[in-house]
Amino acid sequence: MKDLFRGELIRFMLEEPETYAKAEVRWQRDTEFHRLADGDPAQLNSEKKIREWFEKQSEEGFKSQRYFFSVRTLAEEKFIGHLGLWMDLIHSEAWVGLGIGEREFWGKGYGTDMMKLCLQYAFLELCVARVSLGLHEYNPRALKSYEKCGFRLEGRTRQDVMREGKRTDSLWMGILREEWLLRQNGDGR
Amino acid sequence: MFDIQTQLFDSQDIRFGPIDHEKDPEIESKWTHDSEFMRLMETSPARPTSAAMIKKQYEKLEKQIDENKNLYHFMIRAKEDDRLIGKATVQWIEWANGNGFLRLGIGAAEDRCKGYGTQALSMLLRFAFAELNLFRVGAIVAEYNSGAIALLKKFGFVQEVCRRQSLERDGRRWDLYIFGLLKDEWQNQPRS
Amino acid sequence: MKDVLTGKLVRLSAFDPEEMSKAFTRWSLNSEYMRLLNSSARPLQSVKSNAKWMEKEAEEISPESYYFSIRTLAEDKLIGELGLDVVTWSGRDAFVGLGIGETEYWSKGYGTDVMNVLLRYAFTEINLRRVTLTVFEYNPRAIRSYEKAGFRHEGHMRNYLNRAGRRWNELYMGILREEWLELNSQAPGIAIPGG
Repeated sequence: MKDLFRGELIRFMLEEPETYAKAEVRWQRDTEFHRLADGDPAQLNSEKKIREWFEKQSEEGFKSQRYFFSVRTLAEEKFIGHLGLWMDLIHSEAWVGLGIGEREFWGKGYGTDMMKLCLQYAFLELCVARVSLGLHEYNPRALKSYEKCGFRLEGRTRQDVMREGKRTDSLWMGILREEWLLRQNGDGR
Repeated sequence: MFDIQTQLFDSQDIRFGPIDHEKDPEIESKWTHDSEFMRLMETSPARPTSAAMIKKQYEKLEKQIDENKNLYHFMIRAKEDDRLIGKATVQWIEWANGNGFLRLGIGAAEDRCKGYGTQALSMLLRFAFAELNLFRVGAIVAEYNSGAIALLKKFGFVQEVCRRQSLERDGRRWDLYIFGLLKDEWQNQPRS
Repeated sequence: MKDVLTGKLVRLSAFDPEEMSKAFTRWSLNSEYMRLLNSSARPLQSVKSNAKWMEKEAEEISPESYYFSIRTLAEDKLIGELGLDVVTWSGRDAFVGLGIGETEYWSKGYGTDVMNVLLRYAFTEINLRRVTLTVFEYNPRAIRSYEKAGFRHEGHMRNYLNRAGRRWNELYMGILREEWLELNSQAPGIAIPGG
């Protein structure tokens, strides 16, 4: 049986609330990281608030509509980011969002490895029919990474985001189960 | 043979014990990071859990044990060093009908195939039949869990139900079996 | 497209906790009904107490848990209840449980009609791939009804129940989407979008 939580560069796990809060506080100060990852205005939350939010999540327990992973590098066991899946259970669709907070790990294949592991999990464990995601037009690195994983560009909502006085588009991508399975037979992973 | 002095929670290499809220969460958290273990143990999607969440789960579990009175939970520890190696449960007990369901898991792969599972199941069955006075016990296990199926059959469990294609994993569908063991079947077995 | 929750004799509708708790409390007095429905005896609760947990049920409607009233088409009378709970999302398998509390509607095809409506809802609306149920050995009427709806026998838990001085088996039955589609491809009047 394959290890669903281990990729080639990273592994999925779940950090303790304190660890998570400390890193998150640092990462949210990085406006570029935030603007690539999110559409909401950049905001600064205290470590206490973040930790409390995380502890509340722990209290409520797992929901079958939401799956969340912390990401660590295999080499250094360093906590570099996270990945989340939101399920539409009725239509068997999962939305994915990921972020690498540690800048020195950008542009080195870590994001692609995270997404590859995520797709394996989505199709072999959650057994969804498709995985979807949205990204900003101004994030070409992510677009390239996702295309490498097999996502297809499906649409674009024009000028729905405004930042630094400029209007930009959101891009929408998707990958179907059949497409992913076909890729596996060639790729081996 | 049965007598009051029989130790219900003691076996050759392992013993049953309560939850250690300080030490156990971290160990059980590690088990949840092993997707193979989780897929053998649960039908719901495997997912890594933090020690903080495990701690909360323990609290909910002990509350449930207190309130519902239809559940018994044991932590399994190695006798030599008191190390946590697994967990065992008798659950969904219906007292009027005398039935319950068993769950058993040895967390670390290197601890399996050492006979701990056999010892744990033996103790669990003795507890269910000789202490809780249940009439039958059941166990739900996935078609691909050959280890569990072999262990259950060793103890005389009979496959009673096949829920066809109830699960999907690794791109194919699997059956979910229900195994059952009746008290007199258990009693009539040669005991080691 | 026909209303997916309407059958030939009954329709499934949202339940009103106040109405349902009154009916449910009355049905609970019929011990034959309770023994057919429940594996363990339930205490006889007041309308007030039943209403309380039903209100809680109403709040917990989610994609995994469904609860309906069963009403007759002819008189719009509340005759029973139905619950559907998804157990494995990977396999898209859900447990169904139903009870017709108004005994004058037994053995008249109402149970089968309810199940047909439910299966269509399960397979075409919630996109499930299988539906599972348990039924007691001493309930041949229900067993027959489920067989008619297409459920197949999948085994039984031996001597699961202890009632009236003897032990009884609890039967498991299941139906896969492919099986249901095949059954219904011959039946007129049921549109299966996409297949």
